[in-house]
This record gives sequence, structure tokens and C-alpha cells, in this order.
Amino acid sequence: MLTQRGKLVDRKPLSAWENLYLPGIIKGMFITLSHFFKKKATIKFPEEKRTFSKVFRGVQILNRDEEGRERCTACGLCAVACPAEAITMEGAERQPGEEHLYREEKYAAKYEINMLRCIFCGYCEEACPKDAIYLSQTFAQANYHRKGFIYKKEDLLIPNPKEDPEAYQRAVGERAGGK
Amino acid sequence: MYLLAIDGYFILEKFLLVGLIITLSMVVAMYATYAERKVAAFLQDRIGPNRAGPFGLLQPLADGGKLFFKEEIIPLASSKALFILGPLLAMITALMTSAVIPWSRPLYIFDREVSLQIADINIGILYIFGVVSLGVYGIMIGGWASNNKFSLLAAIRGASQMISYELAMGLSLIALLMLTGSLQMSVIVENQQGGRLGGLLSWHVFYQPLGFFIFFICALAECNRTPFDLPEAENELNFGYHQEYSSMKLGFYLFAEYINMFISGVVMSTLFFGGYDIPFVNEATWNIHPNWLAILGFMMLLTKAFFFVFVFMWIRWTIPRFRYDQLMILGWKKLIPLALINMVVTALVILIWKK
Repeated sequence: MLTQRGKLVDRKPLSAWENLYLPGIIKGMFITLSHFFKKKATIKFPEEKRTFSKVFRGVQILNRDEEGRERCTACGLCAVACPAEAITMEGAERQPGEEHLYREEKYAAKYEINMLRCIFCGYCEEACPKDAIYLSQTFAQANYHRKGFIYKKEDLLIPNPKEDPEAYQRAVGERAGGK
Repeated sequence: MYLLAIDGYFILEKFLLVGLIITLSMVVAMYATYAERKVAAFLQDRIGPNRAGPFGLLQPLADGGKLFFKEEIIPLASSKALFILGPLLAMITALMTSAVIPWSRPLYIFDREVSLQIADINIGILYIFGVVSLGVYGIMIGGWASNNKFSLLAAIRGASQMISYELAMGLSLIALLMLTGSLQMSVIVENQQGGRLGGLLSWHVFYQPLGFFIFFICALAECNRTPFDLPEAENELNFGYHQEYSSMKLGFYLFAEYINMFISGVVMSTLFFGGYDIPFVNEATWNIHPNWLAILGFMMLLTKAFFFVFVFMWIRWTIPRFRYDQLMILGWKKLIPLALINMVVTALVILIWKK
């Protein structure tokens, strides 16, 4: 009774008119009929998509810089930050001649996120000092096998902005800042 | 001699008609399942099936295909013959009812008058009652043969409900019979033609509103539709008498329900809403070929029947199910006395009128 909105249930016996049930039934039928013409709440999913907030947390993506070089240095901060322990990686040293591939001297030779463990909290994005990982607007991934849900570096890397600028833009999406 | 006026064409014509009407009932039942889902969805602010074909129009085919290819399970503890007989009976009785319905005016093909009624027997209504009450055996046998307590309970519920509501249904129709003086369906339809407003005011529903009302409620109960779907009762009896059924046997039960719904819509339009009469116009004076008139009349009858099917669905998605004792109280203590009063009053009015 804190809200003062509670109502006592009326347990009076039905009057003769109410006992006919018909007025009540007809009233109910017109209520349902009015819903027949109302706007439907359904979003026809694959064709129509709900617009997401700009900070929506979807599937992770590994970022590249403007010249198409991978930003990740395999420092492991994201793996440490991950509460679900979904991230593993192995670092490797950049060899001479690979400067166009990797931004810094060290890079991630192997980078895996177990999507069955990931809870999409976004801590990896917060932890990353190099802006190398962020959560995209992709969601509802599907796969035929559990193995397919362990995303490899190839699955996670953003398309190269130099080679395929369109795909890159699509992957960046409507993210805040558009980075 | 009436019975000897049969020739080869007559037999061919009747066979064709039977085939056509069975096909019609099947197709209507198929799309009634689609319509049911669509109506349910729309009444609940949803969209309903829309993936198979444009607007989901191929959904019934997909459902039918699924039912055909599903594994057929016959429980070990069931009595096999009866288990198979149940859905067959339900389907056969559902399809048999349509035999006495006058679908439209006669067609004229090569100077032959082709009646669009399979059998114009003089006990049409009695025949319908007979066949409809056979329908309960489909439920009873199916429920009993499943050897499952939920199915059995459902069967008992179904049987008692159908028997109780047939009484009120029959009594409500007696008043109608006193008006027409005939049990023949074609006579009953003819009786509703040619009133004012293009035949509208001679429809029996204006003479027998209470009778129609009782008949309508009983038709809901006979078709096992909500609010009288106690034999199915998903939440208390796990689908009732079709619980143990799978594959096309289940399909037959579900189909039979929709065919019954369609046929009861047709019967209601025939008995109370002028059958193939087109309201507001006097179509008999039109100067068009009688075949066109027959087709228009048939369309009209279908429209009326579909309207009733829609109302059935509308009611289903509005009203919750009756409790068993409420069902019995409504049937025995309310509808039967009402039907009796309706009958006596009609009789009195006819008696005074005729004098």
C-alpha cells in the first residue's frame, strides 16, 4: 500500500445483467477487433533492422590504422580485462619488410575470441591502449559447430581501408566517432 | 417413378460434384489454418506467418508437407485398429455433412439442369444432425484407443459436451422447422428468397434471432471451438484426445475441426441467412444467364460462411475457456430452457397468425 494504488478486489455476486455474460463478451470482442487494425509491433528481422544506439556492443573487431596496418601489439591487456576469459593471443616480432602490415614492432600472430564465452561487456575495448579492438554493431552470429564460434584473427580483423574502403566503412558502421 | 430417373450423366454429375465439394472443403480447411494463425496474430498485434511465399500464403502447404513426412507413432499400449479408426471417422463425418447443402441455384450445362446439391433429401436437417452426432465417435474412439488418461478424459468431456449441446441445438431448430414446415434444405433456402430489401427481410434470422443465437453457441460447442474447447484444453489435458497422435493422423483431426467449422458456417448461412440469396438486390429479375446467377449465389454463400468462420476465430482469440461445470450449467440450465421457450413462443405466434 506504499503507492496507494492498490485496489480491493470486488467480490460482489454478479448482477443479473453481468450474469448474462453477453455484454461483457461483446465488449471484449470489440476490444480484440480494435487490435486487428492497430499497427503491428513486429520488426520483420532480416529485412528490417532495429536501429542501435551508437554505443551498442556487438561482435569484436580488430582495428587497423589509416594505412591499413594492424594496431594490435599483443600486449594482453584485453585478455586480462576479460571477465569471461574469452580472449587468447600469441605475440610475434615484426620482421623487416612487414612494416606495411603491422603498426608496431610486436604484433599478434594468433588472436582468438571464444564467442561462446564472450559476454559483450566491452572491457576489452576499454582496456586496449592502442585502440586496436572495439565492439562493432554486428550481432546474431550463427554457426553449425561450436568450433566455429572460436573466432580467429581472420574473422575479427576489419577490412583493409586501402584495399576495400567500402567494406571498411560498412564494418565501422555508425559507431560513435567513426573510428 | 422418381428413383428411376437416373442415367449415366446423372451419376457422373454427382460424382463430379462430390469430388468438387470435398476438394473445396479440404482447400478451405487448409487455408482456414492459415487464416486462424493470421487472425490470431492480428488480434494480438502480431503479423503471423509471412515467410512461405508472399504473405505466407504457402504456409498451409508447408504444414501439410511436414505432417505427411513426420514419423508415424502408434503407441504400443493402444488398440491399433481403433487408434486408426478415430481420425478416419472424424474426417469422414466432417466431410459427409456437406452432402445436403444447396450450394447454389442449378447450373444449366448442355440443356441439362445440374443441381448444385449432392442429395436433396427431404430430411436434410435430420441428416446433418445424424452425421454431426457421429462426429463425436471420432473423438471418443481416438481418446479411448490412445490408452492415456488425458486422452480418455478429453474424450469423455467431448462426448458429454456434444450430447448436451445437440439437445439445445435441435430444440432451437424446431422453431425454425415450424416456420418453414419442411426439413428439406432446398425448401428452407427457397423460403428465404424474395422478401423485402432483396430477400434480406425474409431471412430466418429476423424471425428467429434467439433461435440463431442458441444455434450459434451450440455450433461453437459442436466444433470444439473456444470457449468450448474442453476436449482439447492444451493447458490442462495436453491437447486432449490428439495427444498420442502424430503425423497425418493428427493432421486429420485438425483438418476435421476446420472442415467442421467451415461446414457449420455454411449450415448457419443456409438455415438462417438466406443461403445463396444476395441481400439488398433482387437477383431473380436480373437479365443474365442463370449460370452466372448460380456462380454469384455460390460466392455469396461462401462469403457468408467465411464470415462465420472469421467470427469463430475472433471468438477463439477473445474468450477464455469455460470450466466444465460452467459448460454444463450453460448447456442444460440456460440454453435448453431458452430454446424451449423460443419454441413455445414461436408455436403460439404461428398458431395465432394462421387463424
